[in-house]
Parts: sequence; C-alpha cells; structure tokens
Amino acid sequence: MTFWRQAIEIARVDLVVERRIGNTLRITLPFAVVALMVFPIALGLRLGVVSTIGTGVFWALAILFGMQVALRQSATDTRERRDLQSLLGLDPAARFVGRVISGVVLMIGFMLTLLVGMVVLFDPEVPSGGWPVLVVATMAVAIGLTELATLAGEVTTGLSNRTVLASLIVAPLALPLVIGASQSVEALERDAGILPWILLLIATDLALAVAGVALARPLEEATR
Amino acid sequence: MLRGVELEIRPGEAVGVAGPNGSGKTTLIRTAATLLTIDHGSVEVLGSDLVPEELPTVRRSIGLIGHQPSLLPELTLFENLEHVARLSGVETSRVGHALDVVGLADASDRRAEACSFGMKRRVEIAHLLITKPLLLLLDEAASGLDDSARMLIDALVGSVRSRGGGCLVVSHDRSQLTDLTTRVLALSGGRLETVP
Repeated sequence: MTFWRQAIEIARVDLVVERRIGNTLRITLPFAVVALMVFPIALGLRLGVVSTIGTGVFWALAILFGMQVALRQSATDTRERRDLQSLLGLDPAARFVGRVISGVVLMIGFMLTLLVGMVVLFDPEVPSGGWPVLVVATMAVAIGLTELATLAGEVTTGLSNRTVLASLIVAPLALPLVIGASQSVEALERDAGILPWILLLIATDLALAVAGVALARPLEEATR
Repeated sequence: MLRGVELEIRPGEAVGVAGPNGSGKTTLIRTAATLLTIDHGSVEVLGSDLVPEELPTVRRSIGLIGHQPSLLPELTLFENLEHVARLSGVETSRVGHALDVVGLADASDRRAEACSFGMKRRVEIAHLLITKPLLLLLDEAASGLDDSARMLIDALVGSVRSRGGGCLVVSHDRSQLTDLTTRVLALSGGRLETVP
C-alpha cells in the first residue's frame, strides 16, 4: 500500500471515530464558545473594550481549546494499536500525515466556528482587508497546531501522564504560530507589511511537517 | 528480562513456551515480533537480521495476538477488519468470509465496544486469516476462550504451519500448549529450559 493510501486510510478512520464519539463537536466546541461568551459578559456594556480585545481573545481560546482537539488522538492511542499498525506495515510517517489530515479537518472546522462566534459576540475592529488575512492565519494556525500536537503525542507515547506532558510541549512551541497570527492582523492596523508574519506561519507549518515526517520512524522505535 | 535465551522456530513448527507470570513470556513474544530490541545477542526473523530497511517487510509477515485486543472500540467488527485489510494492502472482499469463518457474520455491524472479550479475540483470528502471516505469535491467546474459539486458534496454527510458517505460543498454562504445539519449553527467571 502506498504512503498516501495509508495516510488517507488513517485519516478516514480517525474522522469516522470522531464522528461517533463527537469529542470535538459535543465537548470541546461548546466549552470554547462558553469561554468566548464569558468575556463580553464580564466586561459589561463597555462595547469599545469588547470590540478591541476580540481577536486577542479568539487567538487565546483557539490555542487553548485547539490543543485539546489536536491532542485527542494521542490520548486514546494504545500500545496494542501501535503494535498492530507496525505489524501491518504502516509507515509511521504515513500515520503522522494521516493524523494531521484528520486533525486539520477538525481543527479548521473548530476554529472557523469559534471565529464566527467571536464576530457575533465581540463585533471586533478588523482593519480593511483584514478578514481574508484572519481566515488565512486561522487556517495556518490550525495546521501548525495540529502538526505540533501530533508530534508531541508521538514524543510522549507510552508515558502515563502523556496528555499533560504533551500540552506542556505544545504550549511554548506554539508561540511562533500565535505571534504570526496575531501580528499579521496587527500589521494591517498599523499599515505595515503582513508578509513577514504570514511567512512565519508558513515556515512554522512547513518545519513542523518536515520534522513530523522525518522523526516519525525514530520516535516510533524509541517509544516502544 | 531474558537471559541467554536460544530459540529457533523452524518452518512448519509450532513451539510452546510455558512460564509463570513475570517470567518474560511477553518480552519473548514482543522480541520475536520485532517490537522490542535487545541489548545483547541477535534476533533473526524470517531470514532477516532486522536491519531498518527490511523491518516493514518482515513485520508484514508477522501475526500477533497479545493480551489485550487491539480493536478500535468505536468501529464495527466489519470496519475493524476492513481497516486492517486496507492498511495491509489486502482485498477487503476477504473480510466477510473471514468473519463468517470465525462465526461472527451476524455480528459484523456491532461495534467492538459492545462485544465480549471472546468475540474480540475471534475478530483478531479473522484478521490473521486475512493477512496470512508466516510467523504467528500467540501470547495467552487461548485464555478465557470457549472451546469453539480454541478450535479456531488450533486451525489458525495449523494453517500457518501448512504454509511453511512457524508459530510461537506462550502461556502460563502448560496444558494449553501440549495439543497446540510440536514442542514445549519452560521459561523461568528469563531463561529457557527444555521440558522433559
């Protein structure tokens, strides 16, 4: 079986499982939307403040809850499943790519829903031409965060408190994504160039993809 | 931990290894499955020294039934086997027949999480009927199974041997091994001994 067929099969089954257990749709997304609602309520009628902090709150919640979406696969991974996949000849890099594909599908859906919620609740001040940039940045963060969490899941395989450890790995390493995303919109407000920030996002996504594929097999052998 | 273990499984042979809990049976099985690397000595599986380039090919020829079933609980029995078939590049048309052979054709739409341990074991046997391994490794595979499921394991071992493959069966219960295997060894304190 080719690399891509394996990756697509892993992604397909992952999405079937997610559709049935519904962790993202039924648990993480409602919690994230509730968290989004807390800010306007807490700030009362100061609509100017609410509008100003809208995108910042969005990025904070997107990273926080997005990590839960991205880490969900590794949390349910078992040694028996990984052994089976090895003995079926599954390329660990194909598993990484497959998990990233399914994770990105879920993450983009999650983040775009959160973005719509933020627009409705915060009526944010977004500069002219800012919406396409915000959407592109959201997608780049979704891809990068999923790659990072999938990689962190591989690194912490077999450890008893892996979910906590994986979160601790993801949080600091997600900084380039947060900075790139938030600063791309900020740069528009200041009439400065957005290209460096978009390039930072793309470079981070590419670097994580290369690292994930290159490290997949050594990590699999090292974490048995 | 295993010490000074020397074990050869010849084509067509089924070797049984009996030993108490903690004696190293699972370590032995996982080493033979290429899932554990050893600190000293050498392991050769299906003629390969297990160099990284050969590992994927060798692993595809190994079938393992371990302590815990490896099914995805959210998928149906059919979907679990279909997934196995797709990942191993085998025709998915074999899935229905394999479920029929293990007596689970009527339960094929049932999710694995709603199935008993014995049913999950039967699905794992069906998986090995689909992938047709040349080296079969069974780790307490017959424990907790009814007679008909044990007969399926007997048949599975027989089919691997008839294809010229080898089997390694480990159990804490020596009586489970005598009918299933051609010779039985005892594992104690990480050392293998011949049973008289």
